[in-house]
Amino acid sequence: MKDFKIRYRNMSLGVLWSILNPLVMMGVLTIVFGRIFPNPSIELFPVFILCGLVPWNFFTQAWNSATTSLTDNVNLVKRVAAPRLALPIASVIASGLQIAFQIALLLTLVIIFGKGVNLYWVWLPLLWVLELVFACGMGLVSSSINVYIRDTRYIVESVLVVFFWFVPIFYPASIIPQRYQGIYMLNPVTEVVMGTRNILLEAKAPPTSSLINLVVVSLVMLAFGFGIFVRMQRRFYELL
Amino acid sequence: MRFTDRPERAASSSEAFIEFCDVSKIFFRQSERVLLGRYVKALFQHQPRDRFYALKKVCFRINHGENVAIVGPNGSGKSTLLSLAIGLTPPDEGTVTASGRIAGLLELGSGFHQDLTGRENVFLNASLLGFTRRGTEEMLESVIEFADIGDFIDERLRTYSSGMTMRLAFSVAVNLSPDFLIVDEVLSVGDTAFQQKCFRKIDEMKRNGKTLLCVSHSPAMVRRLCERTLWLDHGELIMDGNTEDVLRTYEGEMLERTKTP
Repeated sequence: MKDFKIRYRNMSLGVLWSILNPLVMMGVLTIVFGRIFPNPSIELFPVFILCGLVPWNFFTQAWNSATTSLTDNVNLVKRVAAPRLALPIASVIASGLQIAFQIALLLTLVIIFGKGVNLYWVWLPLLWVLELVFACGMGLVSSSINVYIRDTRYIVESVLVVFFWFVPIFYPASIIPQRYQGIYMLNPVTEVVMGTRNILLEAKAPPTSSLINLVVVSLVMLAFGFGIFVRMQRRFYELL
Repeated sequence: MRFTDRPERAASSSEAFIEFCDVSKIFFRQSERVLLGRYVKALFQHQPRDRFYALKKVCFRINHGENVAIVGPNGSGKSTLLSLAIGLTPPDEGTVTASGRIAGLLELGSGFHQDLTGRENVFLNASLLGFTRRGTEEMLESVIEFADIGDFIDERLRTYSSGMTMRLAFSVAVNLSPDFLIVDEVLSVGDTAFQQKCFRKIDEMKRNGKTLLCVSHSPAMVRRLCERTLWLDHGELIMDGNTEDVLRTYEGEMLERTKTP
């Protein structure tokens, strides 16, 4: 089923665009929060932002494309006897492949800014794979609901706009008031952002507690998404 | 559904069958229901949903080595029946049982991507049907040879005519060597030469104990390919039997209907 990704290969021609977009965002956020609202406690502010933007961009793209994966491929759902689960999951994986360029950009900048490679880099793939697992779970839920209620994709878009502010992308997690920290940490994307910063900027391993948290939330979400999808796919044929 | 080892394939074809037992399929007539506003509205005012039977208590069994056609006017449930046989949707009542490998060709170009070349599409399509990459490479030559579309195999699919798309799709489907080939009115797009080639291929498959289940509006094609015919009308199985008998009655009835509007 992995050959599904062939399908998406032609769409990822815009390598330049996928790098340019985070660079522009990084520039804008650096100017706004580095110059207009100065935040002097953070060194290498642009890279700090990019550590947040890359995992965030991946999640945004993966969740959005997975949400519409079924309604965009009615033909496959209604006419081909292939496992339908593959559609949202393939969208998430395709987003992961596209984001690889942004990851390369991030790592290059980290090295250019003199942060060097450290042993903890081996943790990075784990973090990102767990984020991918989480995105698959979310995508399975939202794509199947989107078949029943076509407004779902717009709800997903709005939720993402809101959550951009609730993930510590342009601010450090340490300024979040203590009583909200628990809720913040439930969000796997937050965990991935912070873990990425721990590794790349502070050269230390992400705390064990947040890794456990990340593993549990991602796997539970995947199982939940799988359950929802299997239940809901019985009526896909009629509704698409 | 992994089709890699041959012995299993041989075993499954000897007992392959499709059985419909009292199968009904219900469709609802409200298409806008998939919008959020509809759900909100339904919360406040209860509307009975208009439903109709796309299939009603349909019963039949198709054994291997039997070529079967389905005839009937538009909207009589033919395609729905094929979708149920392929397993795209479950029945609302009754049971559908199928064993053996099924290759379905329901609509031209489904499972194909317009931006990929013909060759890439063969891989895509085969992987959708559960073939491994290696298995596809092995059969690639025979697919291309059978489709016989020349250099177009390396062109993007959007440059194809519908006949060429059909050639490629059909060629992939038959080269998967399925126990059941399920075809929905696709063959009529091909030119006479290719149709003859398809007929010969289907004959050959039949000799190997394979089965064709097709929908067709062409009596000539049905007579040529199938010895058994099912006649569907308004979701009900009107007649099931020898092609010649069924077609004679069916054509008589249709003629009757055109006379008295």
